[in-house]
Amino acid sequence: MARLYEFQSKKLLKEAGIRIPEGRVASSPDDAFKIAEEIGKPVVLKIQVWVTGRAGIGGIQFADTPDEARKKAQQMIGMKVKNFVVDKVLVEEKLSIKTEYFVGLVIDDARKTPVLIFSSVGGTGIEEIAHAHPKSVSQFPIDVVNGLRDYQARNLVRHTGISGKLLITLPSVLVKLYGVARAYDARSVEINPLVLTEDNLLYAADCHLAVDDYAVFRHPELGIDVAREFDRPPTPLEKIAYRVEEKDYRGTFYFLQMAEEIPKEEKYIGFNGAGGGGSMMSMDAVLNKGFKLANYCDTSGNPSASKVYRAAKIILSQPNIKGYFASGSGVASQEQYHSARGLVKAFYEEKLDIPGVIRLGGNFEEKAIEILADYLKNIPARVEGYGRDDLPEFCADRMEELIKENHNASHEVRPVIDPVIPEDAYTFETFTGKIYFDHSRCKSCKSLGCVPSCKPDILKLEEGKPVLSISEEEAKKGKCTECLACEIFCRFHEQEAITIHLPIPGLKEYRDKIK
Amino acid sequence: MSILVNEKSRVCVQGITGREGMVRTQLMKDYGTHVVAGVTPGKAGTDVYGVPVYDTMEEAWEKAGPLDISVIFVPASLVKNAALEAIDAGVRLMVIVPDRVPIFDVLEISRFAKGKEAAFVGPNTLGLVSPGKAVLGMIGGRAERAREWFRPGSVGVSSRSGGMTSAISYFLTEAGLGQSTIVHVGGDAVVGMSHPEVVERFEKDEQTEMVVLFGEIGTTQEERVADLIENGKFTKPLIAFIGGKAAKSGTRFSHAGAIVEGTRGSYDSKVKRLKEVGVHVVDSVSDIPRVALKLKKGGAL
Repeated sequence: MARLYEFQSKKLLKEAGIRIPEGRVASSPDDAFKIAEEIGKPVVLKIQVWVTGRAGIGGIQFADTPDEARKKAQQMIGMKVKNFVVDKVLVEEKLSIKTEYFVGLVIDDARKTPVLIFSSVGGTGIEEIAHAHPKSVSQFPIDVVNGLRDYQARNLVRHTGISGKLLITLPSVLVKLYGVARAYDARSVEINPLVLTEDNLLYAADCHLAVDDYAVFRHPELGIDVAREFDRPPTPLEKIAYRVEEKDYRGTFYFLQMAEEIPKEEKYIGFNGAGGGGSMMSMDAVLNKGFKLANYCDTSGNPSASKVYRAAKIILSQPNIKGYFASGSGVASQEQYHSARGLVKAFYEEKLDIPGVIRLGGNFEEKAIEILADYLKNIPARVEGYGRDDLPEFCADRMEELIKENHNASHEVRPVIDPVIPEDAYTFETFTGKIYFDHSRCKSCKSLGCVPSCKPDILKLEEGKPVLSISEEEAKKGKCTECLACEIFCRFHEQEAITIHLPIPGLKEYRDKIK
Repeated sequence: MSILVNEKSRVCVQGITGREGMVRTQLMKDYGTHVVAGVTPGKAGTDVYGVPVYDTMEEAWEKAGPLDISVIFVPASLVKNAALEAIDAGVRLMVIVPDRVPIFDVLEISRFAKGKEAAFVGPNTLGLVSPGKAVLGMIGGRAERAREWFRPGSVGVSSRSGGMTSAISYFLTEAGLGQSTIVHVGGDAVVGMSHPEVVERFEKDEQTEMVVLFGEIGTTQEERVADLIENGKFTKPLIAFIGGKAAKSGTRFSHAGAIVEGTRGSYDSKVKRLKEVGVHVVDSVSDIPRVALKLKKGGAL
């Protein structure tokens, strides 16, 4: 669910004909002054964040004059809520409230329909309302093909004991709200409270709408940055990770930071799961051993080696982690050597300084474990590969022992260094990067093993040098699968003539900053 | 028997000429699935591993039908249309493999399917296998691997995670316990066939003597299975393993369905509810075959 801020949600309501209080969003105390002056009445100021319970933390305040609004805004802008600094307050006319109602829409996984919930009591959370006033709450499953009819909304409202003229005005808000939810693919939406003022007008005094992550592509007009379910705005590193995922459809790369800070003295590890269920099982196993997760990450669904490489580089951008733990379900359908090669390239480039426990059970796990063992012998830290019969609990124990052997050393994040490429290198673009062959080195090559190592079979020899056997365009479109096999072969068995450059936009700057 | 699919089921593949469609058609055919038709608009007259390709589902039904099952491998944004097309042509079971299908599309497919007495597994499913008979989707990756990991037997498996579907079945096979059918119901918040619908089918299946369930935080699926047991609608022994014990509320963990909203769908509430109705809830995947063997030997079966 990609959450919208209150002011964004309200804008959608207004466009659909639901009345909202007069006002605008302010980014500075002076803005707040100006808006309050325009409104010319007492105002309410509300911080724009995703957490509930804003009133309790001083996130909702009233001001009778523009001067007071400026003063209040000064206190509110810059407030820290979770790991997020408030940068906007909504300044709105203060309503004279007669009654408060609740309207919400959720998707019911059991009935497989949207369900509209209405309560003639509003204000607090719907769970508390339903508990305290069960008769005031009514709900209705909506037929997605036919939509919500006026009479259905009217019955829904009537069931909560409401009568009279409100049986015309309230249902109309409900029908419009469902229209907004459907038009914007809302995963959930809530108007709480829906206010009836002293002059008998209905206002959406607050609104929270979350768009279905999977439908964000249909709504570019919403300008949603990261279509992921977070209970806070994404961190800079999560944004970098999301760009990687967005640009590469091959498999899934999901990255979530779990800690705001990683103190040196605590047992945090970098976590790289594979598959939703397997990741969760593995996460539970390491947490049971007393570890803390710096991040949660899932690389699965047959990701390219290049995607796993980028995931590892991003995980290793977190200072002070004590180990790198990768584990999935243990019986993955995907060919696991792709992930192994991605990790090898990342760990080798990073000169990994903390131990790794990598559980790559599944198709071709033997080969995957062999790749890790063969190519990671000479990095500073120890990396162990495991398969499906080595359970996550056992792997968590190994992590513990290896960290001890490494004297609890903390990971130091290295600056990103771009590869040095000779000017006359033979090169072509791949789906997400670029590959370079330093042909001057190929003269000393005895095996010419890069060509047979290429599984998609897109390399051939020309005068003893490897070149593309297909067009550059085909290679870029994805015929080169970025399996990294040629580069790894050449680096460890031959002349280090091949470099695959897989940039991660923003990572260099990010790492420079945290130094 | 088995549930949902067997060696006689006549299977069609939508999106058969795409990257995944082609590879997975080969897996299914190699395993023994009776794949009789494929559909990609504009590609009629060609074939994929000997499977004839048609332009539309209607044409496939006319020329290669009747079709029992359609396995869908089209891009997520085209899934709704493909599923409605399959239902309209007369197909009664769809397996929707793609990830990232918009939730309102899933609701529409579900609504349409209900009216025609059709059902679907997924979206975001690795597929299902009736060991020794047929595989649908991409589970196992390769036919020889699927044969090695999954063996015919009497344990039904239903899981919200693809990898865990395979892992649980593999560990059962290692312990000498074969499976009747293994189903990955899909990782999304709303899926066509959720745990309760699957276990109800296992209840009616003579081959299935006990069921293993992999649940996760989020959704009401596990709670609804507990309701079925309480109401006497599911009576076979059930072992459950729930992921996400350590997950924090309000954040999604990979699967769209894996999110605790408020107090609903938490690990603790699921485990408590399942234990109340006598389900064997285990803490580790290694406990699954151990408990399953005990149940088998205990004469309870």
